Amino acid sequence: MIQESFADGRSLLHRVDPRLRVTGAVAVAIVVAVSYQFSTLTTALVTSLILVFAARLDLRIVLRRLFAPALFLLLLWTVLPWSFEGEAIATIGPVTLTRPGVIICSQISLKTVALVSAFMALVATMTVDTLGHALNRMKIPDNLVYMLLITFRYLFVIEQEYQRLVRAMKIRNFHLKTNLHSYRSVAFLVGMLFVRASDRARRVHGAMICRGFNGKFVSLREFPSHPVNGVYGLFIVLVLVLLFHLEWGF
Amino acid sequence: MGVLIVKPLILKMTKICFGYPGGPMILDHLNFHLHAEDRIGLVAPNGSGKTTLFHVAMGLLKPISGTIEAFGKIRESEKDFFEVRRRIGLLFQDADDQLFSPTVLDDVAFGPLNLGKSKEEAMAVAEETLDFLGLSGFEDRVTHKLSGGEKRLVSLATILAMEPEVLLLDEPSTGLDAATKEKLIDILTSLELSIVLISHEYDFLSQTARHIYTMDKGRILFDHELHIHSHQHAHLMGSQPHRHV
Repeated sequence: MIQESFADGRSLLHRVDPRLRVTGAVAVAIVVAVSYQFSTLTTALVTSLILVFAARLDLRIVLRRLFAPALFLLLLWTVLPWSFEGEAIATIGPVTLTRPGVIICSQISLKTVALVSAFMALVATMTVDTLGHALNRMKIPDNLVYMLLITFRYLFVIEQEYQRLVRAMKIRNFHLKTNLHSYRSVAFLVGMLFVRASDRARRVHGAMICRGFNGKFVSLREFPSHPVNGVYGLFIVLVLVLLFHLEWGF
Repeated sequence: MGVLIVKPLILKMTKICFGYPGGPMILDHLNFHLHAEDRIGLVAPNGSGKTTLFHVAMGLLKPISGTIEAFGKIRESEKDFFEVRRRIGLLFQDADDQLFSPTVLDDVAFGPLNLGKSKEEAMAVAEETLDFLGLSGFEDRVTHKLSGGEKRLVSLATILAMEPEVLLLDEPSTGLDAATKEKLIDILTSLELSIVLISHEYDFLSQTARHIYTMDKGRILFDHELHIHSHQHAHLMGSQPHRHV
């Protein structure tokens, strides 16, 4: 299930106002996403690594988290280098690798690793709950924030319900096989989860109404100011200026 | 003949019918009266409509026919029930339905905030309530990681924080261990509220309710045989809940 492995660190970065961290991560993400210069992308990667170290994240978990995007990148590397038109740089049997193909793969890989690490350092270092409240304060539409918070809260309940159903199937000796019975049973399982989730949603909504819910959440969270906010803000602004300069030359 | 003191009528449900389309009537011309300071236990088989009764009383389900009068007014529209929900607290059967906020403090403060209290007031009420239930120090606990008993008590806190006049408790003792049950009984007996409890446990009811009603065919029956009484006698398995016919 979801583990907020990075959320309870004690680094200075953890103490930065969550709103600043979210803003910083989004700003860097936008700039990096539209950049193509290798100097910009490597700078972004170095920045992300600095942030990861500043947040004192467990590097083993960082690598494990990078595994998922790495699989996706692997897929790109197996397809793009030979399927792109352009100057050939190598020929392996019937396959010709092209320069533009390799370049675009490198760019995508750099962007991915830089952004995923930056988000790990800046956003994953707060709990989903804090993230929700930070987004709420940043005037993100209420409904989106509630969806995030309530989804997160009930994922665990739905997962428990899933486990309960799976257990019920297992004790009656259900094994997944390639036959119609298995498919039907799994379809029942998924259908049942939907039914239970919607029932649950109805009951939760009822409970909220009983406590006077009128469509508006009030957040109790305070985000006190801390000198580290200034240092962090300055760092992010400098990084953004540097990235802009490398990419567009001003 | 002594003077009969009639306590004010809080909730009066008259000829309530409720059923889902195409299904049987779950509540069939049900009449129910609740007076101030009443403590009523509802014992009835599963599926006899106890939970439905609570949900109709809170305006979560709309009856097909019948009238609900609460705090001296007929309640029909969604708006009419706002006041009812403020003054009557409903504890759900499954605490996971009730606790939806990430942390305990958020959840307990949710009701007071909805009632228009300021953040500071809401926090103060929340902490006071948690304190009253012996849950101080729970403020920052994550709701989905609490144990079953803790969840039940925190759910109760979320309701008590709204300072209701009536509590509707849907199987509050189910799944609790003896110690937590004891604690719940102490809390309930110390509250000066009208209470309606659904429970299947006579032991629990005998310590928390003054009258016991039962339900049959969608109606409430006053079951004379179930009057709580105490007498001493001994026999094998005497500590188990039992009836003498």
